[in-house]
Amino acid sequence: MRQSRAIDVSTGLFVLLGLAAILFLVTQITNREFSLGGSSSSYRVSAQFENVGGLKSGAPVSMAGVTIGRVESIAYDMDLFKAVVTLRIDSRYDRIPSDSDASIYTAGLLGGQYIGISPGGSDESLRDGDTVEFVQDAIVLENLISKYLFSQAGKPDAGQPAPAPAE
Amino acid sequence: MTALLAEMYSSLRGFLERLGALTRFFGRVLWLSPGAFGRPRLVVEQVYNSGAMSLVIIMTCGLFVGMVLGLQGYDLLQRFGSEDALGVGAALSLLKELGPVVTALLFAGRAGTALASELGLMRATDQISAMEVMAVDPMRRVVVPRFLGGVIAMPLLTAIFIMVALFGVQLVGVQFLGVDQGQFWSQMRDAVELGDVAEGLTKGLVFGVACSLIAVFEGYHAQPTAEGVGRATTRTVVISAVTTLVLDYILTAIML
Repeated sequence: MRQSRAIDVSTGLFVLLGLAAILFLVTQITNREFSLGGSSSSYRVSAQFENVGGLKSGAPVSMAGVTIGRVESIAYDMDLFKAVVTLRIDSRYDRIPSDSDASIYTAGLLGGQYIGISPGGSDESLRDGDTVEFVQDAIVLENLISKYLFSQAGKPDAGQPAPAPAE
Repeated sequence: MTALLAEMYSSLRGFLERLGALTRFFGRVLWLSPGAFGRPRLVVEQVYNSGAMSLVIIMTCGLFVGMVLGLQGYDLLQRFGSEDALGVGAALSLLKELGPVVTALLFAGRAGTALASELGLMRATDQISAMEVMAVDPMRRVVVPRFLGGVIAMPLLTAIFIMVALFGVQLVGVQFLGVDQGQFWSQMRDAVELGDVAEGLTKGLVFGVACSLIAVFEGYHAQPTAEGVGRATTRTVVISAVTTLVLDYILTAIML
């Protein structure tokens, strides 16, 4: 009996450690935010982009660098020929001016993309179901490069390597 | 030439026969498994044997796998000036591949061999026949609890392995090599999704089923001699390792 009790204790410890490890993996190293009960109400706002670049659902939505919500879904609208991004914003932040603009930024050189909202000046606030009017698309590196190349092609020294910047 | 063909045919036939027997055995074990929860003590004992007893080796190996990953990852990433991404790289590779696979290989070596040799010795010393004589079904009494013990233990061991390995990565990367602690964790949290954790644990569970099944199958069907028990143990490790790696490819292809 004593023997089997010792086994029970060790097994219990092992199982507890295993479950603690699973809990650690789920809560500590994922971007999942656990909402406590029903207190985490939020509202949805959509925005239409010509190009979302590498934006993924789950990406943060931030104002002044503070995360206020997440990208809920990204879909392509066949009528508008645009990407429709649904943002879910925490209802604590319920006084975002309705003429605010949403831009897609990249966090760092290798970081993921996120949506930054800069406030407008309107007295009205964004409500559930509203659409953000002013948007700025993701910057596509190839477009920048081709713009640069085309602007170079018009200059007299086309074909020459770009001059080194003045020291 | 014909002799060669005949040999190939007979070895192929032998393989198919064994695979068929294994499948039938698996079906029977599954069929009897719900009944084992009527006698949880037997299962708990086996969770202890397969899981708690493997804990030390799993944690030791996890720590060193993590530390090596920290060193190698840092060395590779600092060439691109992005050593802050060490946390993401290490967490994803551990969750998706290294964690479940290395745990399964260690599990086959530590718990699988123990199961196979124990069952083989029971067979060799006629304990299994004795049970049959006493109208005790050895499948229910001996095989199924061992199988279930392994299946329960493996996902837990995988999670513990990954957690300890992440600690090892953190130890080498952040404490020794000076990666920024905040970047290390926040980039990891941004990139790792719940699905990645689920993938790792699913793999752990599937490998647990495979390795435990192979161990009890080989042990239960061992030749009742000293040599046969030895061979069953060897086969357990070899077949478990190969099966784990093959299953890993299939599972990755499905879940990617």
